[in-house]
Amino acid sequence: MADVIQMPSATDRRVPTGGPALLTTSDGRPLKAALQAAQARARRRALFLVLPLLLFIVLTFLVPIGYMLKRSFEHDGFSRSAPNLAVWFAANPEGTAPDEAAYAALVADLAQMQKDRTPGQAGARINFTVPATISLFKAAARTAETLTPPYKAALLALDPAWGSPRIWAAMRSASSTYTAEFYRVAVDRKRGEDGSWEPGGDKERIYLYLFIKTFIISGVITFLCLLLAFPIAHLLATLPVSKSSLLMILVLLPFWTSLLVRTTSWIVLLQQQGVVNNVLVSLGLIGDDGRLALINNQTGTIIAMTHVLLPFMILPLYSVMKTIPPSYARAARSLGATSWTTFRRVYLPQTLPGIAAGSLLVFILAVGYYITPALVGGASGQLISNMIDFHMDKSNWSLAAALAGILLVAILLLYWLYDRLIGIDRLKFG
Amino acid sequence: MKKLLIMSTALTAVAFAAKADVTVMGWGGAYTASQIEAYHKPFTAKTGIAVISVDADNPATPLKAQVEANNVTIDVAVLEIADAVRLCDEGLIIPIDPASLPAGADGSAAVDDFLPGTLTECMIPTDIFSTVIAYDTTKFAEGAVPANIGDFFDTTKFPGKRGVRKSPKVTLEMALMADGVPAAEVYAMLSTPEGLDRAFAKLDTIKADAVFWEAGAQPPQLLADGEVVMTMAYNGRIFNAAQQEGKPFAIVWDGQVYEWEGMSIPKGTPNEAAALDFVKFATSTEPLAKAAEFISYGPPRKSSASLVGNIQGTDKPMLPNLPTAPDNLTNALASSMDFWVDRDTELGERFNAWLVSN
Repeated sequence: MADVIQMPSATDRRVPTGGPALLTTSDGRPLKAALQAAQARARRRALFLVLPLLLFIVLTFLVPIGYMLKRSFEHDGFSRSAPNLAVWFAANPEGTAPDEAAYAALVADLAQMQKDRTPGQAGARINFTVPATISLFKAAARTAETLTPPYKAALLALDPAWGSPRIWAAMRSASSTYTAEFYRVAVDRKRGEDGSWEPGGDKERIYLYLFIKTFIISGVITFLCLLLAFPIAHLLATLPVSKSSLLMILVLLPFWTSLLVRTTSWIVLLQQQGVVNNVLVSLGLIGDDGRLALINNQTGTIIAMTHVLLPFMILPLYSVMKTIPPSYARAARSLGATSWTTFRRVYLPQTLPGIAAGSLLVFILAVGYYITPALVGGASGQLISNMIDFHMDKSNWSLAAALAGILLVAILLLYWLYDRLIGIDRLKFG
Repeated sequence: MKKLLIMSTALTAVAFAAKADVTVMGWGGAYTASQIEAYHKPFTAKTGIAVISVDADNPATPLKAQVEANNVTIDVAVLEIADAVRLCDEGLIIPIDPASLPAGADGSAAVDDFLPGTLTECMIPTDIFSTVIAYDTTKFAEGAVPANIGDFFDTTKFPGKRGVRKSPKVTLEMALMADGVPAAEVYAMLSTPEGLDRAFAKLDTIKADAVFWEAGAQPPQLLADGEVVMTMAYNGRIFNAAQQEGKPFAIVWDGQVYEWEGMSIPKGTPNEAAALDFVKFATSTEPLAKAAEFISYGPPRKSSASLVGNIQGTDKPMLPNLPTAPDNLTNALASSMDFWVDRDTELGERFNAWLVSN
């Protein structure tokens, strides 16, 4: 090997006297530099191999999500149809009462909206803040061409609502494409008289409550999945191959069945006249009019989602448990530990990476699920994802994006916390 | 060889020039089945253009998604009037000139033939449907059956769970009518904060017993499963369950809230001409009357009313089952599109808050 690396000798003139010994390769380059070059080459090669996947993820995952999140603070429904008003708003600071010039700008914009067929869109943007403005805009746009100065008097005669300071404040804030309006609604705040944020009315406050409820229910589901999955994974990992293959198929089979089919079969099982209740009544455990309400409430959501997410907990646990050598437990028992102590101090810590992986997977999936709560959750089993779906249906994509954005940030925060406490490096999927 | 190549290229070109299909997005279930019989099959027989049916819980949502993504795959969407007006305002629908529609079989121009207020350029109506209260006759003793809208909210006299639509639209109107407000004053009252509080207070009385549904096929399923004893439902779905599947369901027409729905063409559709032909065909007198024989939704053209015959496959007349039959209109409310276009956002949020709160 001496021909590859030349160790410095006392007579070697390349070695600076008094300095540290310099290792070189056979063609004279310093070893450290050669190593770094070789490693950089390997990294570049690896990057090129991964590049197609990276591009795929960026194009189909990051870009669409980015577009959606952009909608949460960007809405040009009003700003692109009201250029004259934008000019007036820029020239006059907030709080200035609208004068004749303001109303003239408004009428000019309304006339243009009528030509472009956009009064509904502009009105819809204001409608998010001040209800019942769509019809106001449409009616005014229809007659805008015929109005003559003084515009202020003409518009107020058409509908006194045009003088309302709330509408003018809403139009001022809507004139800018970028807005925090939707985030304001998503955290249950309403716009006060002076434009500041204040807590929303009792009857409209739901989102913060739903965020917290979603995380709590997802936590409960993760815990239940863990309790149920641990014994199953242990059994799978310790049985001889022939039996464990059969059990594995039984675990994976529901995984391959459609999610909707599984959820609707829970409806058949859990409903008032369903299988579970009928069995309990025929066994005499409950009376006919005391049937359990297992569905269309939180209980239904938790049961169905635990069932649906169980394989995601079983598989990581199984893969980790498969790699645990049985000799440790035997050694612990031979040293005098009880079963419980062996489990607690020897077996359980070794399964921790699998528990961490499975819990993370199940929790993040549970937070985003909306089909199962929609089908079996009733009113009390609704989660934040159902609200996002609701707003998508109602064409209020900006509010849906704001809610989704908050959810994303919350999950990332939790993930960071998780990393600090448990360490992502300790995760093992097998 | 060269001749073969030229011939095959020419034939391929001809194949591409052949008529493209028309894709119609509907609400699914019995309703789409009736449209296939009354509109799709006759249209294909008449013009040779195939019609493909796709389903959605509410076609308004996928329509908006497709047009905004510039990837429109449907040619015609069946929409409720309020959704159609909202989407039209957002510029997502191609307007159809009502004057271009064919005249009624009795010769009257389309604008006169359609019931007043139903025809807009955003959506050509195909039927008038109603949300009613339906119940299972076997769950009640003879003579002690629900008879009016107030009975839906009376859990002492009629104990059991109630199926409620998971939407403020129709639910709030029914709550007010059950509380004694005459149909003509409902929307005026709903525009005031006191009226809203009154409606929600009435809904609170059945909240503990309510099972909420979103898809039109759920109420008949809930009744059949015995999960609820009374439910809000689209009248056509209950009719079909009773008729075709022999279920013992009956309808309470008192307090019905009727609305109309029809066809719209999304902007950016691939086959606009064929789509327009389809819409004009489907909304002419005979197909509308034929559709009413398959599902109990009333035709919006006056000229169709006399052509509605017996229930398909039986010799019983369809008329008593239509929302527009005179006997069924004694305490009926026409859903106000103007009110909901304005207040949908605000009341939707309030309804969600009510739903989620304890």
